[in-house]
Amino acid sequence: MSEVVIEVVGLRKSYGDVEAVRGIDLRVRRGEVFALLGPNGAGKTTTVEILEGYRERTAGEVRVLGHDPARRDRALRERVGIVLQSTGIDPYLTVRETVELYARYFPHPRDVDEVIDLVGLTDKRDARVIRLSGGQQRRLDVAIALAGDPELLFLDEPTTGFDPGARRNAWEIVRNLASLGKTVFLTTHYMDEAENLANRVAVIARGEIVAEGPPGLLGGRHLAETLIRFRVRSGASGPPAVPGAVVRSNGLVEVRTETPTSTLHELTGWAMAGGFELDGLEVTRPTLEDVYLELTGGEAGAE
Amino acid sequence: MSDVALMLRQVRYTNKAFWRNPASAFFTFAFPLMFLVIFTSLLGKGTVPIGGVLIKQSSYYVAAMATFSVITASYTNIAMSVTYQRDSGILKRVRGTPLPGWAYLVGRVIHALLVAVLLVALTAAFGAVFYGADLPTGALLAKFVLVVVAGGASFAALGLATTAIVPNADAGPAVVNAIILPLLFLSGIFIPLGDNSPAWIRTVGTIFPVKHFADAMRAGFYGRPFRFEWHDVLILLLWGLGGLVAAARFFSWEPRK
Repeated sequence: MSEVVIEVVGLRKSYGDVEAVRGIDLRVRRGEVFALLGPNGAGKTTTVEILEGYRERTAGEVRVLGHDPARRDRALRERVGIVLQSTGIDPYLTVRETVELYARYFPHPRDVDEVIDLVGLTDKRDARVIRLSGGQQRRLDVAIALAGDPELLFLDEPTTGFDPGARRNAWEIVRNLASLGKTVFLTTHYMDEAENLANRVAVIARGEIVAEGPPGLLGGRHLAETLIRFRVRSGASGPPAVPGAVVRSNGLVEVRTETPTSTLHELTGWAMAGGFELDGLEVTRPTLEDVYLELTGGEAGAE
Repeated sequence: MSDVALMLRQVRYTNKAFWRNPASAFFTFAFPLMFLVIFTSLLGKGTVPIGGVLIKQSSYYVAAMATFSVITASYTNIAMSVTYQRDSGILKRVRGTPLPGWAYLVGRVIHALLVAVLLVALTAAFGAVFYGADLPTGALLAKFVLVVVAGGASFAALGLATTAIVPNADAGPAVVNAIILPLLFLSGIFIPLGDNSPAWIRTVGTIFPVKHFADAMRAGFYGRPFRFEWHDVLILLLWGLGGLVAAARFFSWEPRK
């Protein structure tokens, strides 16, 4: 296993009486793209800003590249790139001047033109920031964060407010970062963003981590279950003889099963023996979205 | 790069950005000259008794507007522009980089001082050409430059402290003007405070730094009959120090919620 870059144990943060983060544990290893996924107000930004050193925690242990971020060590800031949820840039400097300005704050900056190229702003190199579109400014945000050649990058909701095309571009940039071997910690409330970019996802809701794992396995058992649904007309001989069958109103039957092949075999055998049809027969697996909605208590998509 | 080099680099970039907003740059420079012309035209014909000596009002205004220039360029400009940068998130972004916070802020203050010096030179030259004001030379000039720098630095520190009480950038001009405009009037910047001006106004003036700065500027600019008092410079610097302490304690790098 590679080196642990971020380690969080029992992190808590209260604002007055409100507990925004209620005891979370996280571990991110070198080279991972880690997504903290959750609806707005779940505690994502509070968590990431504690890791970045902008906020002090109420309780818990936090280590970022071996440092306590609350101490704001310069040695730590030299190794970290930050893309905040919304930040300003001096409107009267050009793209190139801006990247150059920030690059020199770091001891081992990347080549300025290379960074600009990496985020796809080469055409706008000499344009003033005030002339950039929102999407282009966001790319400049990423370029500024990359300028110091950081080992670890924080991206707080990097595509919120983007149109679909701009989002695809932003994703491409994050994939580039991953291929450069950077560790990326991103927050998002978009399911598909976490699914597309992250090796590992933690779902946060109401200040707690409710699930964690690779996006394909998120939710564990929930995803392993297949849902079979159908209606039975009157004439069926009693309830279906399979375990886990639930009869809802209007004769709707739902069966959750981890062995869909044999369950279906039994059901179809039952119907054929009885000489009736399984109306509207459906076999579905829950999507990651369903899992997410279940985990976060249906707050997904709350903009 | 050393931190001092980073700070000086910050001055360069601030300067670059400053001149690329021509409207802002133009009015920063035009404002004090405009006031100089207006006040001198309206009130510049007569004389005003100061310390028992009759002073030409036009001479009075050249030094007063030079004082006003320094306050505009350091106090007003720093308080408003740093609040804007705080609210637009520029300060928060800088805070996340290895650049020390002081290097960023001192860079801005030094730029403000450079603008202030340029403004004073412009006002003095304008006054010399159009109103026959005498320009300081030799030891007087050295004293004058010292007062300009002490005033610029002190008012910039007070400007930084003021950002702590400005809730957001929209409120910036209102709060800053509400603080500085009455003081400018009570300190005889716009309307000369002669020996016969109300006592309470002169008392108020001696509490705050504007009048001490104006007196030191005038004495540094003209020499006799004005008396250069070191205590004026001292009180000015004490206010600046107070501003620095308040800024260090209450300054916010993030928008205030």
